[in-house]
Amino acid sequence: MNWTWFHRLGSPPSFFRFAERLAPWLMGLSLLLIGIACYAGLFLAPPDYQQGDAFRIIYVHVPTAAISLSIYVLMAVAGAVALIWRMKLAEVAVVAAAPIGASFTAVALITGMLWGKPMWGAYWVWDARLTSELVLFFLYIGVIALNSAFNDSRAAARACAWLALVGVVNVPIVKFSVDWWNSLHQTATIMKLGKPSMSWPMLWPLLMSLAGFYLLFGAALLRRMQNQLLWRERNTRWVAEWLKEAR
Amino acid sequence: MTKRQQRMMTVGALVLGIGAAAALGFTAFRKNMMYFQTPSDLIAGKTPAGAKVRLGGLVEQGSVTRGDGLTVKFRMADCTNVVNVRYDGILPDLFREGQGIVATGRVAEDGAFVADEVLAKHDENYMPPDLADSLKTDTGHSCAPFKSAMQSAMQSSQ
Repeated sequence: MNWTWFHRLGSPPSFFRFAERLAPWLMGLSLLLIGIACYAGLFLAPPDYQQGDAFRIIYVHVPTAAISLSIYVLMAVAGAVALIWRMKLAEVAVVAAAPIGASFTAVALITGMLWGKPMWGAYWVWDARLTSELVLFFLYIGVIALNSAFNDSRAAARACAWLALVGVVNVPIVKFSVDWWNSLHQTATIMKLGKPSMSWPMLWPLLMSLAGFYLLFGAALLRRMQNQLLWRERNTRWVAEWLKEAR
Repeated sequence: MTKRQQRMMTVGALVLGIGAAAALGFTAFRKNMMYFQTPSDLIAGKTPAGAKVRLGGLVEQGSVTRGDGLTVKFRMADCTNVVNVRYDGILPDLFREGQGIVATGRVAEDGAFVADEVLAKHDENYMPPDLADSLKTDTGHSCAPFKSAMQSAMQSSQ
């Protein structure tokens, strides 16, 4: 197999230009998908037989919660690549992904609480799913804090990579907590083996919203990595040239 | 071994080690991670008398009787056992017969469970009302979300 494209993408200037081209497309498509999904979720999908209209928060809650886990896995994989192959771009990805992950986790926690009060009768309970998702939030905060504790950005990224790897054990715990233990939180509706336990008119806006939020994450990650690269390589010629070009 | 392979081994050992530690830890504390116990656990005497516990199960069909004010009596079931529950307070919107709930309280002297908080446990099914109506004939609510801590302890010790 020919790996030259991979090595080329791994060099900061070419990745920067690649991201510059790709990010606007991802952002535009994500806003389009999220827009349609929100409209469909609020107006086209029928109310739930038990929860009525309150279930509609699912169109934000489930995508953000699912992606909060995906981002952590991505961070851990990038962390392993950064530690083993010392790839600069992977270091940048670890550091750039953490604040996005923290934001998605926070949105998932907050929308869940808003739903929990009317449906369960409580904003917060200390069951396994909620507690482990809160731990995930603290892990993201830990990576952000660790990164800012170092002066040298390469040493900082490597420390973050270790934390990302250690914390990845929490991801299956969040995902399977509702199957392994009794919890107040319901079990998986779509991300499971077998047929989704949701009727199609309610399901398609959810899948669309999920795709839209993934693209939003992609766009945010590319933009944050670009910023990180500009800062790290601020003394190089390609940055100087790009800044001249952009002006 | 090259430096890179060494680093690969370190990363692999770290992830595997922490995974194994977490797996062992959580298996040992399995019962304590349960958010609630089931009526079967309660009847098997797994909980000390008078201790505060959370009880999870389904509200038995046709068992809800309302008294003065907010007082309500019902039976909670988990497919094998049933417990009488008394509660005086505001019920969540989703509370209804056949619904999964989690009640916090203690066992009174007469053997009934006196709850001081009732939360609704929603299941993973989402559907519009007309579809739910057409399914009603063969309903039968699932007991799957209510794992007996006792049974799971037995399974894991086998």
